[in-house]
Amino acid sequence: MSLTADDVKKIAHLARLGIDQQNIDNYTQDLSRMLDLMTQMNDLNTDDVAPMAHPLDQQQRLRPDEVTESDQREKFQRIAPQVENGLYLVPKVID
Amino acid sequence: MEWEVVIGLEIHAQLATKSKIFSGASTAYGAQPNTQACAVDLGLPGVLPVLNQEAVRMAVKFGLAIEAEITHYSVFARKNYFYPDLPKGYQISQFELPIVGPGHIDIDVDGNTKRIGVTRAHLEEDAGKSLHADFQGLTGIDLNRAGTPLLEIVSEPDMRSAKEAVAYMRKLHELVRYLEICDGNMQEGSFRCDANVSVRPKGQQEFGTRTELKNINSFRFVERAINHEVERQIDVIENGGTIIQETRLYDADADETRSMRTKEEANDYRYFPDPDLLPIYIEDSLKAQLKSELPELPAAKKERFMSQFGLDQETAGILTSTRELAQFFELTVEASDNVVKLAANWISGDLIGALNKQSLEITESPIDPVRLGGLIKRISDNTISGKIAKQVFEAMWHGQDSADDIIEAQGLKQITDTGAIEAIIDTIIANNPKQVEQYLGGKEKVFGFFVGQVMKETQGKASPAEVNKMLKQKLKK
Repeated sequence: MSLTADDVKKIAHLARLGIDQQNIDNYTQDLSRMLDLMTQMNDLNTDDVAPMAHPLDQQQRLRPDEVTESDQREKFQRIAPQVENGLYLVPKVID
Repeated sequence: MEWEVVIGLEIHAQLATKSKIFSGASTAYGAQPNTQACAVDLGLPGVLPVLNQEAVRMAVKFGLAIEAEITHYSVFARKNYFYPDLPKGYQISQFELPIVGPGHIDIDVDGNTKRIGVTRAHLEEDAGKSLHADFQGLTGIDLNRAGTPLLEIVSEPDMRSAKEAVAYMRKLHELVRYLEICDGNMQEGSFRCDANVSVRPKGQQEFGTRTELKNINSFRFVERAINHEVERQIDVIENGGTIIQETRLYDADADETRSMRTKEEANDYRYFPDPDLLPIYIEDSLKAQLKSELPELPAAKKERFMSQFGLDQETAGILTSTRELAQFFELTVEASDNVVKLAANWISGDLIGALNKQSLEITESPIDPVRLGGLIKRISDNTISGKIAKQVFEAMWHGQDSADDIIEAQGLKQITDTGAIEAIIDTIIANNPKQVEQYLGGKEKVFGFFVGQVMKETQGKASPAEVNKMLKQKLKK
């Protein structure tokens, strides 16, 4: 088992996922099995293999520096839970 | 115990592109909230980022200017954290393969040149802004800034004082403006600085525990914030405590740093390559092309000003602090028929002084190089004295006339007719026998009285050197 229950709790917290206490053991086992599957790759010799940043063997297309978007605030804010003076409102965050 | 300060800086420079790094929304400052936040900037489902080629070119230009290694192959990564002004839940940044590798910047402190290492510079997107004013206990979010391209420039921990840190920051500020890749406006947050600060006993090899100072957005605050933090750290250690690695916020009003968040919830950003973006390749041909487009950089220009115009290091430094000022100087020299010294003095003295008084930039100067050059020409050919020149300068500042027009209209031409001056001197000597007696009796201070009288009589239009010479002769008799 490569993960502990504490690892799972930490990952869930970082991802802001609420998980039930009773499912933690299951998650721990499932996630560990996935990681174990991947650790099989550790047995391969990859000395001459360049690390892959993307599965597609292509390079990023660049776009010219032009403003192409117009103001659609009203449309976007229609689906927001709460807005005021053009701002999106969210629960208070304190640093 | 003697302590040594160790400082490294992370500078965020907003790149001066018209549109955002991954979307076609405008980056213009000061728009109504959220009117420049499109679907990509809002992190709505189903959108894809498309990289702005100008942001890439600007990053490469910066790398070339600091003689850095420009990577051939660069990758974007996701930096994961939750904050409401980051709607996607991750910031697109770079981690393992930044676009700009190790380079350097030379700073001048107390007459010595020191080389500061630049570890790396990478492209990333800016976050939005949280407004904590009272919205019924809620926080307001403006995402206009979200997606603005940033170049994060990370230095080596090479600085040993707040002064060096400020010098480095100024150099970088000067450079990005020369390159025209960032407007450098610190009030609007276009150029921001975080400082990593630690102390160690002098002579010790390993670094002490560092704290990160955030939110220091003026040159003055950087120096003050670092000095305060250094004092605080030394206090803590000397009282038997230990420094905790944490982020501290500089509060300019209280003039102190305070803890922002402990790293107990360690920033675990879980970087991984962004599957939405393919790697970028920087071809040698692009590098060569951008290199040929680089302007003369501040250090080279300063050198040239010293050798070509014979300026001292300080004056050359002032006159090359921005590209616009340097150009103003060169045009003034040209317009004055190469009266270099006076041009340098008038620009670095009277002109900059007058501009600062009204918070004007050199580009907003009411007097252009041609008119200033015209004034300097008349000082240099003795048409007017330096003192009268200040009067003409004043008139030029408030109007459109040339120096020649003002001199003509106000009758300010220096009196070169020595006969006329001689007559005035004779009258003054005849009218002030008491002062003459005092002078001849050894009271040399009275000489100033005579000079003053002559100047008054000629309304300052006599050449001071000439008056001095003639007075001395006359009073000998």
